[in-house]
Amino acid sequence: MTTTADKAPLLEVRDLKVDFRLDDSSVLHALKGVSFDVPAHGTVALVGESGSGKSVTALAVLGLLPKSNATVRDGSRINYRGRDMLSLSRREITTLRGAEISMVFQEPMSSLNPVFTVGYQLGEVLKKHLGLRDKPARKRAVELLNEVGIPDPQTRIDAYPHQLSGGQQQRVMIAMAIACEPRLLIADEPTTALDVTVQRQVLALIAELQRRRRMAMLFITHDLGLVADIADTVVVMRDGEIREQGAVRDIFSQPRDAYTRALLACRPPANKRPLRLPVVEDFLDDKQGNVQSPERSRGLRGDEGIVLKVGHLAKHFYFREGLFGKREFTAVRDASFQLAKGKTLGVVGESGSGKTTLALMIMRLTPASGGEVLFHGADLLKFSAAQAMPYKRRMQIVFQNPYASLNPRFTAGQTLMEPMRIHVLGANEEERISMALEMLAKVGLPESAFFKYPHEFSGGQRQRIAIARCLTMKPDVLICDEAVSALDLSVQAQLLNLLQDLQDEYQMSYVFISHDLAVVRYMSDQVMVMKDGEIVEMADADEIYARPQHAYTRQLLDATRGIERQ
Amino acid sequence: MLAWHRLCRDRVGLVSLAVVTGYALVVIMAVCGWIAQDWSREVGVNYAPPVFVGVDSSPLEKPSASVPEVTALPDDTGIADPLADVIAEIKKGMPLAQAKEARVQTLPLGGDKWGRDVLKKTIKGTETSLIVGLLSALLAVAIGTLLGAQAGYYGGRVDDFLNWFYSIFTSIPYLLLVLAIAAVLNQKGTLTVILILGLTGWTGIFRLVRAEYLKHRTREYVLAADAIGASNTQRMFMHIFPNVSHVVLVQLSLHVVLFIKSEVILSFLGFGVGVDTVSWGSMLSEAQSELILGKWWQLVSATVAMAVLVTAFSLFADALRDALDPRLK
Repeated sequence: MTTTADKAPLLEVRDLKVDFRLDDSSVLHALKGVSFDVPAHGTVALVGESGSGKSVTALAVLGLLPKSNATVRDGSRINYRGRDMLSLSRREITTLRGAEISMVFQEPMSSLNPVFTVGYQLGEVLKKHLGLRDKPARKRAVELLNEVGIPDPQTRIDAYPHQLSGGQQQRVMIAMAIACEPRLLIADEPTTALDVTVQRQVLALIAELQRRRRMAMLFITHDLGLVADIADTVVVMRDGEIREQGAVRDIFSQPRDAYTRALLACRPPANKRPLRLPVVEDFLDDKQGNVQSPERSRGLRGDEGIVLKVGHLAKHFYFREGLFGKREFTAVRDASFQLAKGKTLGVVGESGSGKTTLALMIMRLTPASGGEVLFHGADLLKFSAAQAMPYKRRMQIVFQNPYASLNPRFTAGQTLMEPMRIHVLGANEEERISMALEMLAKVGLPESAFFKYPHEFSGGQRQRIAIARCLTMKPDVLICDEAVSALDLSVQAQLLNLLQDLQDEYQMSYVFISHDLAVVRYMSDQVMVMKDGEIVEMADADEIYARPQHAYTRQLLDATRGIERQ
Repeated sequence: MLAWHRLCRDRVGLVSLAVVTGYALVVIMAVCGWIAQDWSREVGVNYAPPVFVGVDSSPLEKPSASVPEVTALPDDTGIADPLADVIAEIKKGMPLAQAKEARVQTLPLGGDKWGRDVLKKTIKGTETSLIVGLLSALLAVAIGTLLGAQAGYYGGRVDDFLNWFYSIFTSIPYLLLVLAIAAVLNQKGTLTVILILGLTGWTGIFRLVRAEYLKHRTREYVLAADAIGASNTQRMFMHIFPNVSHVVLVQLSLHVVLFIKSEVILSFLGFGVGVDTVSWGSMLSEAQSELILGKWWQLVSATVAMAVLVTAFSLFADALRDALDPRLK
């Protein structure tokens, strides 16, 4: 946040148009004339959902667009310190990329080479671009690691990427990016892959480095909530166009564009719980988004029937160590809880806390090491596979990644028909087809979807198909394992509304697993907080958010509130 | 249906499909006996050259023309052949005697040592080679896929056992294994060749399919199939198999090619098809001695037929894989 009176902007993007050739006949206009400036010491946030063209913009600036099918149309200009980036030679761009412009990517795990130590990789950058020798490079690398907040950098410099946590890996990536003192740092979703608590720390680090080193920064994110603390200017993009740009304060206090307003409203609010979340469509077409729906009250009354009762569920893994030894790792320890009919139990925790393992054990998808899962009083874990068959239908799960959980070789129709055939639901094929079509309509998909393959759908539509697949079996319990986490905010709101409608209609009980506390608060009657395989706290949703008992819960809540302070 | 549309868009795929279909038609007609039924008839003169080369006038042709002189030789020595009358009698009764007179000087693609039509031999050879190649590759792929799927999907003890079996199988020298199986089957013929190739050739496919199944069994869509109650077999073959079928298809095409070539080697070693059948392998081993005499046409016919089929088959398999993969545009 600089107040420097900037003379000329560091980076000027004017009327940038990029086309992607999809096949012989069709062309995707990824960018349709994008113009914005990045001032010399300021931070500009590019905000948009998937397909908005924000990453394409960054790649175009760096000259990293795939040559084979991407074309920058005539009339586009990218000026960096007065030089036209689009007419530079390959070599000049490479030099610029290392020394003056650098980039932090989303996935630290796949951006670092797993077979070299972080010190080696950091040193390589220093040697290549600054021409340092071995010794000074190592010394500088230690300083950089120290600067990005890696504890004990003297020993950590010889660590391999897998020996560091996700947050630390991202810090190393940031150290590499700032190693050559760049004037412009491009950060493409640098915190999206990280846990909330870590996310906040990394964000603070980036903001501080930007201030201290007086860099310019182009910060790319899908989450408008993130940019409030970090950016000076916000550029909101959608479908390759800029919808609105302006100072960060104006964007948040008086957004002019309907889409910006929609983005701000789609996120489940922290203080109230409307019956229905507003979606983008409510705002576009001049509807102004005036959907004041009544609030829903959450929590248990105490007299609900219990559908699912989990007792002392545990999961241990063993690693072989040496010839005879083995090391035990506990993924879930002594988990006990109850699920009431027609209610939602939210499960919150960071990655590695055992949420997914818990879900898989309840579903019998991974064997439990001990404990019991009582479904209407019958212990599912004691059954053989054949005995469990009639119960399988009544508990279903929606997975996180809609790109992986649908068989790519099955049409949506086949996907929906299969469970009905297995469980012999419906008298004959015609009846099953009509049931499948009914389910498609229920999740808001047209009949034509029946004959399409997963790759023809967007992420949100695929998740709808996954939900429809569960619905065909009319389950009593639906486990949503991060079911909306991989989706854009606007799509997320639609799916949360859908899930809520379905619960109201079928009286299903949900186990709603998520790392996103706002979403869990919106959806859940009860909330369970997990950490390192243990349930640390469990209470009614409003209770836990208002009066968190456990230190870890407070830490989680603080992290979320810090990010959403607007 | 969608796959067919995609295949139609692929020009190379369509051309190779046409070529493969052409071969298939020829083979079907040969099997039904409509063409090349009489491949073993000696219709031309020895080493009759192809039509487009024209009648050979090199001195090598002369000896066959002067055969009558040779038969006249014994008279000079004054010894009469005691069986001459009997042989003459027999010869009169044979239709071949007339055919011999009618032997043509040139044939469409030339003739072999005995004057058999190389074109018909090639067609008949195509039948044998293609059937051997296809069936043995199918057998090998079936064994490799079945075992690989079990090993990769179940893991644990099943995987250990099958890997142990695989290791033992691959530790035996290839030719020794071939000889052992040939000795057990103890008869020559097309079926034997198919069994030998199929039973020894599955190992590579096993490893590849196993690796694919290892990768896929933990994927979310397989978990989702488990959640809706799909059985192990359903998950293995209805869910995972279509997703690894591209590997299997490519292996199939590679092995068809490999086994067509292996059949040549086996024929050369004496474990190939019987003397009463012709294959590209037996044609090529005949061609060895012919080439010294400058009679190149049998070699060229068999080689070209094989090269075109092999190339078309590989290209077609590639196109098929692309067309079947819904993720590729």
